Amino acid sequence: MEDIAQKIRTFVIDNLLFGQEGDGFSNEDSFLESGMIDSMGILSLVEFVTETFAISIDDRDIVPENWDSVSRIARFVQAKIISV
Amino acid sequence: MTCTSMRTTPSFSSKVLDIDAEAVTREIVEATRKIVFHRLRRRGAVVGLSGGIDSSVTAALCVGALGKERVLGLLMPEDESSEESPRLGSQVAEGLGIGYVVEDIGPTLKALRCYERRDEAIRKVIPEYGSGWKSKIVLPDLVNSSTYALYSVVAQSPTGETCRARLTAESYLAVVAATNFKQRTRKMLEYFHADRLWYAVAGTPNRLEYAQGFFVKNGDGAADFKPIAHLYKSQVLQLGKYLGVPDEILRRPPTTDTYSLEQSQEEFYFSLPLATMDLCLYARNHQVPVSNVADATGLSVEQVERVYTMINSKISSTHYLHLQPQLVQKIDEVDVSAPD
Repeated sequence: MEDIAQKIRTFVIDNLLFGQEGDGFSNEDSFLESGMIDSMGILSLVEFVTETFAISIDDRDIVPENWDSVSRIARFVQAKIISV
Repeated sequence: MTCTSMRTTPSFSSKVLDIDAEAVTREIVEATRKIVFHRLRRRGAVVGLSGGIDSSVTAALCVGALGKERVLGLLMPEDESSEESPRLGSQVAEGLGIGYVVEDIGPTLKALRCYERRDEAIRKVIPEYGSGWKSKIVLPDLVNSSTYALYSVVAQSPTGETCRARLTAESYLAVVAATNFKQRTRKMLEYFHADRLWYAVAGTPNRLEYAQGFFVKNGDGAADFKPIAHLYKSQVLQLGKYLGVPDEILRRPPTTDTYSLEQSQEEFYFSLPLATMDLCLYARNHQVPVSNVADATGLSVEQVERVYTMINSKISSTHYLHLQPQLVQKIDEVDVSAPD
């Protein structure tokens, strides 16, 4: 799962934070609370994850419980991969 | 316990939005006169008339401030706008006694491939979308569930069947970029007429729209002055009644009048009836306890908290729409602050 989390973290930094890690953020940091990523960013993440990990994502799965931090996304992806 | 020692929680209700319409009108009229004639040094105002309450009230206020002979109304229908819009807009102009011009922007939008680009973007998620189809984009229910503001397109075939698909990031941005041509083309015409008449362009957003970034940058967001941007929607309605805006316009549900399927502002952007959003925005701005807001609106505490999250998110993510062009260095010889 570390590899999944690292890929997601790299995507976030490169594509949503434009390479600016700023003060640094942890994989547990809430995107919503920090304001780091907005809905468009989440949409980009959904598409990245779908392509990179070859999983399908239902609209009902796109909720903060699954997407509000790097760690949450990694856990969600891991569960999806296992269930396939 | 004596009466003097009892404390009651101040009640919070829609009454907080009640205004003295006469006094507010006077204030806006005086400010508009000062802004247009003295600060901007313009001879009058151009107002785009959509047939909605905001532009109708704005036009009426401009007439009060500048005189009817110094206000020009612009009606700018296109292929997909409501047929009611130009009829109601002209009714407002004629009622106020102002001159108005009808500029059909359909041909311009076609030349810009506005409709074509929008349809191409929709076809990325609904491949069969084509000639004769209608569409709108909508948000999920953000008040009753903790989900993200991800738009879907709702499409209706020529035979009446509807379907819905979540937009990808690319298709969403492409749909919005294409439809933004509508607001930007209208603003181009407002400035054409303003330039030839030496007039100022009036913007017509209300506070819900201005504060939450419900406008197109350099489209309906562009203006020389915005006389009702500080007013909540229900306050604009109160002014409308006071100023004699036709009943049909007062009762007309706010629409975006941007997509070929009729689309309310609620389903496109605000996710709440506007009267409720008014109260929630006011409450948020005045630090009203969430429980009081829940009591006043009929929402649960959880729902009010979600609305606050939504409002904060919109304010934050649309902050850039309000910014002046960013410079690398300050240019001392240019003073961008408003002159007295």
